[in-house]
Amino acid sequence: MSIVSRIMWIYIALLACPAFAQEGPELGVAVTADQIASWAISVQPDGTGLPAGSGNAAAGAEVYVMKCLACHGPEGAGGLNDWLVGGHGTISSDTPVRTIGSYWPYATTVFDYIRRAMPLTQPQSLSNDETYAVTAYLLELNGIIDEGDVMDAETVPNVEMPNAGNFIWVYSEK
Amino acid sequence: MKKSDLLEPIAGNGLLHRRLFLKSSVAAMGAAGLQFITAKVATAAPLEVPAWMQIPGTGMSGYGARSRHEEHIQRSFGSLPGTVGVGSSKTPLEHLEGIITPGALHFERHHNGIPDIAPLEHQLLIHGLVDRPLTFDLESLTRYPLVSHIHFLECSGNSGANNAPKPPQLPASSIHGLVSCSEWTGVPLAVLLDEAGVQSEGSWILAEGSDAAAMSRSIPMAKVRDDAIVAIYQNGEHLRPANGYPMRLFLPGWEGNMSVKWLRRIQVTSGPTMTKDETSKYSDLMPDGRSKLFTFPMEVKSLITSPSGTNAMQGTGLYQVSGIAWSGLGRIRRVEVSADDGRTWAEAALTDPVLPRAFTRFRLPWRWDGGPAVLQSRAIDETGAVQPTRTVLLGERGANYRYHYNAIQSWAVSETGEVSNVYS
Repeated sequence: MSIVSRIMWIYIALLACPAFAQEGPELGVAVTADQIASWAISVQPDGTGLPAGSGNAAAGAEVYVMKCLACHGPEGAGGLNDWLVGGHGTISSDTPVRTIGSYWPYATTVFDYIRRAMPLTQPQSLSNDETYAVTAYLLELNGIIDEGDVMDAETVPNVEMPNAGNFIWVYSEK
Repeated sequence: MKKSDLLEPIAGNGLLHRRLFLKSSVAAMGAAGLQFITAKVATAAPLEVPAWMQIPGTGMSGYGARSRHEEHIQRSFGSLPGTVGVGSSKTPLEHLEGIITPGALHFERHHNGIPDIAPLEHQLLIHGLVDRPLTFDLESLTRYPLVSHIHFLECSGNSGANNAPKPPQLPASSIHGLVSCSEWTGVPLAVLLDEAGVQSEGSWILAEGSDAAAMSRSIPMAKVRDDAIVAIYQNGEHLRPANGYPMRLFLPGWEGNMSVKWLRRIQVTSGPTMTKDETSKYSDLMPDGRSKLFTFPMEVKSLITSPSGTNAMQGTGLYQVSGIAWSGLGRIRRVEVSADDGRTWAEAALTDPVLPRAFTRFRLPWRWDGGPAVLQSRAIDETGAVQPTRTVLLGERGANYRYHYNAIQSWAVSETGEVSNVYS
């Protein structure tokens, strides 16, 4: 048995330990779906959480030049910070280049991350349309979608990412 | 008698011959040296009464500071170009002893700086697959049953510098300083989730921070129910801003970034959200091009902190090898130390307390005779997992795995007493 599989078996055994059995004073304050909406910014791989709105690569290119290029370089590569485009075919080489196109398994993650964290100096400042547009631009630069494709709540979860099949779940749910 | 003979122990525990000092002094300085020693003894001044005994000392203070003579002990830190808060600072492990890391020296890893959070305005939201979406504030959380545990926290990228083809010549902290150990006090997250009422399909959570990266990670419900806490205190005081003030998630033994700081939102989900920081980062790329997701526990590891990289030995003689060991899977059962590049091993003494998923301090006396040596420590945890050699680790994982580096660290001691990082 390898070290990794032994560790996982032991971990699974640890999960069988009894859970906390404690009472709290029940001080939580009830909130409504409307109150939650502005905070609920995460997007699941099936598209749950994607908002209304849409954008295409051409619109995304305009936003990218203004808000993204300084750190990520022209057309998503060559910048000081993470390369977003290219690296296709390098992942199993000695010098892998991990970009959205070459590495990321889900397109929903691109939308989620831009919306929550980018641009670095003004996070959560892009509109939903702008976020969809930048997502479209980065996917189009990577050759994953076509120039005219529109990204929205229906299309983003259906984008097939080239490296999606190369991820293995090590954590097992029993 | 040769110098090397005098350095042989003449009794247990490394006691050395009383003539050693005189004899080696003669060898080094000749007859003039002897006269110098005699003269020095003859004119030795009486011990002086120190100046600080002759005036009253300074007064009390509201929040203490360390000695001004220790202010050079600092974390080293760096940020991405053009930013100040996208990077990490590293605990100066080689300057610390025992197992508790002072709060001011705890390592940091931020994804877009430290938010300046007003505690009365901060809220923790629990929603998603729950019967009753709820918010909690800091004041209400302090009324819940608190638990306290001493645990290490380690960035999964810690020690990654040793993936480089050539060993970096850096202090121990610059290579391995993304790990610290504290007492964490907080509310079991399961208690809060039970209050919200988790629905049957709620098998994961998403945890999100209130920072400018809205740092987010997915965590299986089994871990949440096992030992996750919403931590409020660290080493007895409220969390520091750099460690998640006013509240953070804490997941004992797991990758540091999952213990989301500045915790503002828990969404109960039916599967992982596949955030950027659990797919494009913190995933483990293997040589065949496949990547592992959700390699959560930090595995068994140890490190000699004294002596360690860039140190200079202070002459031959008796030393105490000292280091730390930890495992994300439980207690440390045993630590072995080698001074001959792994050919022979001696069991080190473990210093109490030996706690699960916490630093364990180990120590072992060592008499350095001035010859070349390679010091190593090898930890074994209570699951029987043994810390691997670098050759074995990289052989299994390749050089681009990036995270979860837990190989044995080798420190070479040269004949001139310089301590350097080597790959054994």
